[in-house]
Amino acid sequence: MPILNNLMQQLVNGLALGGIYALIALGYTMVYGIIGMINFAYGEIFMFGAYAGLVLALTNYVNVYTALLGATLITMILGVVIERVAYKPIRRSSRLSALISAIGVSIFLSSFMVRVKGPNTRGFPTLFENRIFEIGNFQITIYQIVIIGVAGLMMLGLHLFVTYTKMGRAMRACAQDKDAASLMGVNIDRVISVTFAIGSGLAGTAGVLAGIYFNAVQPYMGLLAGLKAFAAAVLGGIGSIPGAMIGGIVIGLTEILGITVNLSEYKDAFAFAILILVLLFKPSGIMGRKANKKV
Amino acid sequence: MKKLLDNWLVQFLLFLCVLGLTAFITDAIGDVLPPYLLMIGLFIGINLIMALGLNLITGVTGQLSLGHAAFMSIGAYASAIATVNYHVPFLGGVLIGGLVACLFGIVIGFPTLRLTGDYLAIATLGFAEIVRVQFTNMKITNGAIGFLGIQGSTTFPIVMTIAVITIILMVWLENSRNGRAMLAIREDEIASSAVGINTTLYKIQAFAIGAFCAGVGGALFAHTTTFIQPTDFGFMKSVDILSIVVLGGLGSIPGTVIGAIVLTAAPEILRPLANYRMMVYGVLLVIIMIFRPYGLLGGVNLRKAVRRAFMLTKKKQAGREE
Repeated sequence: MPILNNLMQQLVNGLALGGIYALIALGYTMVYGIIGMINFAYGEIFMFGAYAGLVLALTNYVNVYTALLGATLITMILGVVIERVAYKPIRRSSRLSALISAIGVSIFLSSFMVRVKGPNTRGFPTLFENRIFEIGNFQITIYQIVIIGVAGLMMLGLHLFVTYTKMGRAMRACAQDKDAASLMGVNIDRVISVTFAIGSGLAGTAGVLAGIYFNAVQPYMGLLAGLKAFAAAVLGGIGSIPGAMIGGIVIGLTEILGITVNLSEYKDAFAFAILILVLLFKPSGIMGRKANKKV
Repeated sequence: MKKLLDNWLVQFLLFLCVLGLTAFITDAIGDVLPPYLLMIGLFIGINLIMALGLNLITGVTGQLSLGHAAFMSIGAYASAIATVNYHVPFLGGVLIGGLVACLFGIVIGFPTLRLTGDYLAIATLGFAEIVRVQFTNMKITNGAIGFLGIQGSTTFPIVMTIAVITIILMVWLENSRNGRAMLAIREDEIASSAVGINTTLYKIQAFAIGAFCAGVGGALFAHTTTFIQPTDFGFMKSVDILSIVVLGGLGSIPGTVIGAIVLTAAPEILRPLANYRMMVYGVLLVIIMIFRPYGLLGGVNLRKAVRRAFMLTKKKQAGREE
């Protein structure tokens, strides 16, 4: 059954790609859920994470775990700093001005990286040897296992954090009603900082994983990845954490499917075509709740 | 005087006078200015035309669109194909570019305008990406290599005259019944549909007119650079136009004019900074948003401000005379 095997193979490829998108999408969806803004700089944070991982990996003492952890920490700090400098002063004004501010940040970050590291695509040093496992008739590389594993673990960790910790409860309260949460003694500023830290950390991790997987890092890689991840977040229903995971995997799978059926020139369009189709039939995304609007 | 101005014939004649004057003045300016400054002025005009279109969609009607570059690219390619392959005269090509973009605006508008807020934003963004990928893979557009051999027919007076026409039509539209309906939709869609405004109709109208402006801008752009490729019309182009509208002040036509001037000239003025240019540009966007969150002219009613300043000087004079 060559078709079935091929399908399984593409499923694995799609899952690995989707895991990366899902990690970035989680950042979009969490921030949106809490302060209702689209943080367009996430794509650039993802790029920053990839470069942080690259720089760490180039020092000889570092293995893959420390590179991942280091990049995650750096992007977490970056995310909090961005929030403090560029978003906090305009939290009370219109959402569009926050959007433009985010775009300003992302232009700054990508041109900063061009200045520091040059505009060329760089390869990623091998942190561990790639091996190929044959399961039945399809293959899975160790890179794919690591990506799916790390992405899965992070999502599980995030789920546990949001469901069972005090901070997680505070985040959910803020998502429902910021003012009411603040009256109940929740420190809104801290919740927002933590949200940005977690979201950026996830994007940074995704950056390192993407760097390893594609063996390519460049200053503008964040743009399209960020857009697709945003599409994933909206597809799943923006503001919903499980939605972002599902959306990311759906986008990853459709992209791989596009390549499989020999339309790889159109692969960037596939994700968006699926997105528009889903939105037409379910305007608030797969897992999104329909908001009741009142006058 | 007021009664005279209400007469449509007088208005029309005034309109023609303004156009003639613009063409005359810009023609004179075009002879004096060095080519580099003239080029910047030309791009200010093109960006202004497109930004006015987006201002109608996002600023006046309140529908966030992140895909304006798609309409620009459709206009650019349509006009380029018309003038190069079918030898249509330049202004005809511009009109064709606008009309084709407008048609796409209507076709895309019908299904997507059911969506609201960020869902609409991402749908328009997705549409723009699909259009870009499509142009990359089409034969007639010469794919990723780009469309070559377009004549550089765009001149400064032509761009400025079209920009002035756009400004006048936009002011006129905003003060019309349709414009008021669009403003009502921005303020509250449910309330405006409750008082009998056909929200879908007016949203599509705004979308179609906005797309037309973008198409005209794209056509002028194609005939300025003489070479277009799909990467010219990526997401960042949509963002550039949106930044002009938001930075100038949403819904404010004078604001859009100032936004177009500032944001088109800024990267050129910052050119001496060489490699730091785009970094400074990014920081500039953030700083302006922090200090003027509603845009440079957001919340400023220019007509009232001018009248107030005028009244103040009058009062002062009156006080002195006493």
